[in-house]
Parts: sequence; structure tokens; C-alpha cells
Amino acid sequence: MTGHMRLGFHAPETEEELKHLVDEAIDTRTPLEVMGKGTKREIGHPVGAGAVVSTEAMVGISLYEPTELVMVAKTGTPLAEIEAKLAENEQELPFEPVDLGPILGYGPSEGTIGGIIATNISGSRRLLKGAARDHVLGVRAVNGRGQIIKAGGRVMKNVTGYDLGRTLAGSWGTLAVMTEISLKVLPAQRESRTIVCFGLTDQTAIEALCIAMGTPFEVSGTLHAHADLAARFYDAEIADAEAPVTAIRVENFPASARYRVARLRQALLAYSPALELDHERSKKFWNEVRALKMFQDKPNPLWRVSTTPRNATKLIHNLSRKIDVRPAYDWSGGLIWIETPPLTDGGAVDIRRTLAELGGHATLIRADKVTRAGIDVFQPLELPHANLSAKLKHAFDPLGIFNPGRMYQGM
Amino acid sequence: MSTLILPDPDRAVMARRNDIVRQLKRLVPGATLISDPEGCRTFESDALTAYRVLPLAVVLPENTEEVSAILRFCHDNHIKVVPRGAGTSLAGGALPLEDAIVLCLSRMSKVLEVDASNRVARVQAGTTNLAVTQAAAGKGFFYAPDPSSQIACTVGGNIATNSGGAHCLKYGVTVNNLLGVRMVMMDGEIIDIGGAYLDAPGYDFLPLITGSEGQLGVVTEATVRLLARPEGARPMVLGFESTENAASCVAAIIAAGIVPVAIEFMDRPAIHVCEHFVAAGYPLDAEAALIVEVEGSEDEIEYLLEKVEDIAADFLPSSVRRSQSAEESALIWKGRKAAFGAIGQLSDYVCMDGVIPLSKLPKALDEIGWICRKYRFDVANIFHAGDGNLHPLILYNSNDSVHLERVEMCGAEILKLCVELGGCLTGEHGVGIEKRELMYEQYSDDDIDQQVRIKEEFDPSWLLNPGKVFPIEGRDAQKMRRLELPDLGPAIEPEGEIGDEIEVEIESEVVEGYDAP
Repeated sequence: MTGHMRLGFHAPETEEELKHLVDEAIDTRTPLEVMGKGTKREIGHPVGAGAVVSTEAMVGISLYEPTELVMVAKTGTPLAEIEAKLAENEQELPFEPVDLGPILGYGPSEGTIGGIIATNISGSRRLLKGAARDHVLGVRAVNGRGQIIKAGGRVMKNVTGYDLGRTLAGSWGTLAVMTEISLKVLPAQRESRTIVCFGLTDQTAIEALCIAMGTPFEVSGTLHAHADLAARFYDAEIADAEAPVTAIRVENFPASARYRVARLRQALLAYSPALELDHERSKKFWNEVRALKMFQDKPNPLWRVSTTPRNATKLIHNLSRKIDVRPAYDWSGGLIWIETPPLTDGGAVDIRRTLAELGGHATLIRADKVTRAGIDVFQPLELPHANLSAKLKHAFDPLGIFNPGRMYQGM
Repeated sequence: MSTLILPDPDRAVMARRNDIVRQLKRLVPGATLISDPEGCRTFESDALTAYRVLPLAVVLPENTEEVSAILRFCHDNHIKVVPRGAGTSLAGGALPLEDAIVLCLSRMSKVLEVDASNRVARVQAGTTNLAVTQAAAGKGFFYAPDPSSQIACTVGGNIATNSGGAHCLKYGVTVNNLLGVRMVMMDGEIIDIGGAYLDAPGYDFLPLITGSEGQLGVVTEATVRLLARPEGARPMVLGFESTENAASCVAAIIAAGIVPVAIEFMDRPAIHVCEHFVAAGYPLDAEAALIVEVEGSEDEIEYLLEKVEDIAADFLPSSVRRSQSAEESALIWKGRKAAFGAIGQLSDYVCMDGVIPLSKLPKALDEIGWICRKYRFDVANIFHAGDGNLHPLILYNSNDSVHLERVEMCGAEILKLCVELGGCLTGEHGVGIEKRELMYEQYSDDDIDQQVRIKEEFDPSWLLNPGKVFPIEGRDAQKMRRLELPDLGPAIEPEGEIGDEIEVEIESEVVEGYDAP
């Protein structure tokens, strides 16, 4: 150690300031906890760093060209500001980022765009439009050597060198501190309509969702939730149905959305579509899904599980024999949010065992600090994959300055 | 041929050539091994045919285990490896090295699984791009990336260069449609990344591998996303009196909230060459044409084409033609897809691949015209307008070494222009050897350093496809930036055959300096 770094909270206003801070951390071998507004700070292993570096003071939209479908923003820019700006031009973030704030004890839309990309947390529309990382066109960042690096750019297609921008997406601040992000945006969907079925079993529901996804109607949302979770939605007809709810969304120009919903209802006749949400109700419903309204009222452990649609119901079936779970299926079964009872391991052992049989991976999104400290919050990796991950970490942050241990021990 | 700097060949390895071939034969008896010069000659270049190097040998494995055995052997014996799919790279990404084995995956072409319920397909890396869609078509699905070379190019090659295609404006490029890979590291270790899931655990290696030009590992299998086929699709062709109007029309379509599945742009020379070749009915009187394709039901298509036509009206189109039938649609696309072949029949050409912000399109085309005139080359522009990915085709004579050198300088100047305008060197062809020395135009030392560090973690001995992507001479490469246009002497008179052969009005555009083939 060659000196002391001021511990506590740092919010550099420029990339240069950030670089100096990282240089100082390198010189003093001080680990840094990296965050935006910190709304997702409670995900991952608690980072035992003495110093926190936040991007919240690096704010602003540096470029927005609606006709080029591109926006460039400093990473500390609040998501709300980004979405408001896009809305002015009837555009949106196609990946409909999940807002984890409310389930983690923060207000809605408090997070930063950097936090969204760093966690690659995509919403229901992911299955049609791609993940958060798919929309990253380029980044600027400071790596663990204190180098200011850029990758990609602001154009739609780019294979000039390795794609470090999308690689940093989903790295939870463990590789580099991103300072600016270029994003692909899209015209906002002019009309949203949703077909709702009630009372389907998990298996029948997933079957219906997969049929919907196999149609040419560009379904952009597919959700199935158990009755007690459905009861937490605002829409009275859904909340009061006292039955599992299965929802299928179509978004398009108004005439197209109506045509497509009508065709879908025909295709799904066997599943008795009982309700059709018009634009306003449909928007409200999916905004609640986006904020995980169904999991807001209890502090129980909450898991995010990726698997194949085909194995989704089997996974829940097998798991239910071991622990009491409340699942909500998104991505036509490819993503399952699972609320578990407040067990000491949050249900980790049973969930991971079941996944080992059926394939997929699980991340613990909500749990108290003690639970998180005691288990693998992120899916443990096979050895070759873990070794490769350590190499990637070393290539960006050889001294382990950024968010040490947050994703994996020793990394 | 102009001089191309490649890594110094390892003479010791070359001296052991016969021994290496013998050992490989023993190691992977099931694989096809080509070691005679005549056989190797087939692999001496990719689609960047100006450069040719005979490799030590070519090996065509049948499965991942053989790939692993070959790579481990090469790793242990310090032998370089150049992975190759169908060899359709336009950037020299699969150019062999004298002291390297070419590892060609074209025999690994099985579609392993089409999984309709999970909407994914698992294929071997040597499967052609088109074969994936063909395998899925019976179940109503398709694989979205559709590069022009899709009949021949392989999924592995598409991953190496993050290929796009005409329809990627709506459906994204390879990285957006890839869910998992089985990959063999240079030391022979087999790694599975991702799978039939829409996201991956831990770090997301897929974007890193996609577009890494075979430098990080050899992908042997891929799991790709399948999409439901749209009800229908129909293009329209719009002619404009200026490239500005055509470019402004593209921007206006997008501003109106419409993202067509494709917007292709052709300038006057391209229109004429393609029309002559295919008779697709392109507007010969136009300075620029757009092919705009939309998807949906018949009514939806009508509605969207109507809307596009309304928008286009503000930009005074000289012609508007909606396709009226499936045959007409096929013909319109045939003309576009035949463009490279059509131009290839007239002349050798290099196809550039720079990307620019869409708003800079008129300026870019203008400047490209100037640059080509300065170097005395004809140029035709045909490209994906929706995403700003330019493909200027510079016509030249590959048998003339002076020409080759000049065309490279001309191309380099165009790519520098793309970077200056806020774009990048390559949208979908890759850096390969072609644009290697231009990397500093786009990136700083630190940017390149970060990429190199990743390469070194994955392949510390630089055995996997070395000499590509990164400037080989380090800082010396920057000297290339200062290369001046040599004195070309008086303009060479056109020998005229191109103009005589096809009756088009491009002579005045495509100017002098053209040596007839």
C-alpha cells in the first residue's frame, strides 16, 4: 500500500475525475463498491469495500437522434429522464427494463441507465425485441487499470474489434465503471392490447403462451401468475378473478394490434380467452409487471430463474414438492420469478438442485444480507466457465478493485 | 499484390511440416486432412481474393472432440491455427498463414435439433446460414440474420463476424439471435456457454465471442433463436432525383414510427448494373432508389406501404412502385441480392463495409464519390440504409498491382471518412487483414490495449488466427495514416468496354481510369 484513499462515498462528475479516483484506488489497493443510485445495491454478495464510487453525478443525455434510433447518455442519468425524453418523440427502450426499485424498498424509476445496463435486466418484451445488452451500441468506461476505454460507437452495426460494450452489460460493475452508453431505441408501440385467460393450470398456460409465440403476430408479452399473485394487480377484473391469470400482449399500430389480437383469440379459443384489455388497461397491467407488483407486498426471498419454456412447469412442479413457492412465469416460461418462504438459504439448495436436473440458472434478487452472504446469489458456474470468467475479470480489473466478490468469490 | 505484413512465420514449425501432418493424421483419423499444395490451394484465400497464402495443411474435422484434439496438439506444438467456415469473408478473416493449419469446419454441417416449443435450433458451426432457416421452415420458423452470402456462408463464420443482412433493421444481427455456443479454447478445453435460454449465467460471453473473428476460441456448435415467420412481406421501390431526398425519406419513415423489415439503398450506377443483370424494373432515371419492405397480413402490408408512400411524397419521388405479386417481390429482391455478382461480372471490385450515422448519408455519399474520383475508380453504392451500413463497391483491376495498392488506399480513405462522420470501420464484414491497420483511426492505444488483453487471456500464445484484427506493427501502423496519395500521372483513358457492354448512363459517373477486364 502506497497511501490512503478517502473512504466513504465518491461521486465523480467527469470521466477524468473517475479515472483519478480509480488510479488512487489502484495505488492504495482500495476496493471500490461501484453503483449508480444504489437501488440494486442489495443484489449480490455484500461488497466489503470501504469506498463507494457512484456514477450519479455523471448525468445527461449527450446525443439523441430520433431518426437514427440512437441515444447516448452518461451512465448516471436517471432512467426516468431517459424514458421521458424518448416519450417526447414517441420512442422507447425496446427491452422494457424491469424496475427492481419497488421490490427492494426504493421508489419507482429511481435507478440510472448505467444500472440497467450493468445488470442487463430486461423486461417482458425481451422475448420479442431482445435484451438490454442487445441494445448497447457502445460504451465509454474506466477499467481496473485506470484506463479510459471506449468500445463500439453510436451506429447500429459495428464489428470493429471485440464487442466490449455488450460484454460489460450484465457484469454488475465488476469489470469496469461505465461512464457513457450509446443505446439503440425504437419507436414506441402505438397501441397495446392484451388477451387474458383465467384458471389455466401452469402447464396449459405455458402451452397457450408458446402457441401464441409461434404465431406471426409478434406477441410482446406473455405472463402467467398464480391466483394469489394475480390478486395483487390493480385491474379489478384480474385481481378479483381469484384464479391464475395468463396474459398475452400484442403491440403495434392500432389497426394492426386489433387485427392481431382477434387472430390470436381465435388461435387460443381452446384456452377460453375471457378478457381483452384495451390500450390503457394493457399499459397499466404491463407497467405493474415491469415493477414486479405481484412481489411488492412481502419481503420474502425472490428468485429470477432462466430456463426453457418446455421445462418451466416441471421445474415448478418438482420444486413445489420441496418448498412452498409462488411463481410468475414471463417470457412464455423462459423466465420464472419465484417467491420462496424466508428459509435460511432462501430456497437456494432446492432451486439449484432442481435446475441441475432440468437446466437453467437462478439469481437471488431479494434477500436479507445474512442470507445473501451465506449462499451463491448468482448461479455457480461450471469450472471451465468459471475459469474463463476469472480470465475476463483479470483482463479488465487485474487487481480486483471493482465490486470484489459481488458476483463470485475471489472475483 | 501489395505488400501485406503478416506475423513472421515460425520457420521451425514449417520445417516440421511433414511430421506435423503425420501426427495430425494419427491424432484425428476420422478427419479429412489436406496437405498437398494443389489441395491446399483451394484454401489459400477467402473472398478477399487479392491475398493468397498457402497454409501448412488443412484439416476438416467432423466433431467437437476432433476440434479439441487438433487444437490441443497445435497448442502443445506451438502451431498457429486459422479457423474457417465457407471462406466467404470479404476482409481476409480466414486468410491462411504459411506456418498455420487451416481448421475448416465446413464438414460439421448438421442441424442437430429444431426445437419448436422452445423456439431454438442447435446446429453445428459449419451449417450454412440458409440451411438453418430451411430446417426450421416446416415448423413455421426462420433464422433472422440473412447475409447476402447466406447460401454459402456458415453459422460459425456469421458468429465470427457478427453478420447482419438485409433484414437486420428489424430482427437484429447475429449477436441478437445467438443464445449459446459450444466452443473449443486454443488449449483444447471445451466450454459450453449459454443454451436454450434467453439470458446467460455469469458474465455474458456471447457478445464477446460474436464478432471476435475466430481469435478467442473455435465455435463448433451454436444454439440460435428461431422466429415465427410473418404472414407475408412485400417490398416497394422508390426512385428519387437525389441521394439527399432518398436519405431524408429513410429518416422520415423511421421518424413516423415505422421500422420496415428492410430499407435498401442503391445509387445510380448500382441501379443500372443490377437492372441490366436482372431486369427487376428498377427506376433507371433515378439518382437513387430505395427498396422498402414491410411485413404482416395483406391489409397490414397495404396500410404500411400506403403510409410509406405518403411519407415519401414529401421527398418528390420520381417513381413509386409497389410489388403486386410474389413473383414481382422475388424479382425486386433478386436484383438487390445479385448486385455483387452483377458488378463482379463487369470488373473486380472491393466491397467496403463502413457504417455512418444515417443523418450523414448524403455527405458520406458525396465524399465517397469525390474520393473515388480522386483515385480514378468507378464506384457503385448499394447498402442497408436503415442502419447506415455502407457498401461502396470500388471497381478495379486485380491483375494490376498498382491498381490494387491504389484501391486499398482509396478504401482506407473511405473508411476514415466513415469514422470521421461518427461511424465505424466495419459493420458486418469484420476487420480481418483488410482494415487491421486502420484500427487506430477508431480506437486509442488504451482501447486497443483492453481488447488485446482479452485476447491474451484467452490465447496467451497468439496461436488462434493471429495477424488479424489488431494493427500488426503497433505504433508503426499509425504511420500509415500519413500515407499520401502518390502521383498518379495523367488520367488513364477508359478503354470503354464496360460502357459499351451495358448501355447505361454511368460512364460519366464511373469515369476514367478503368481498365477493362
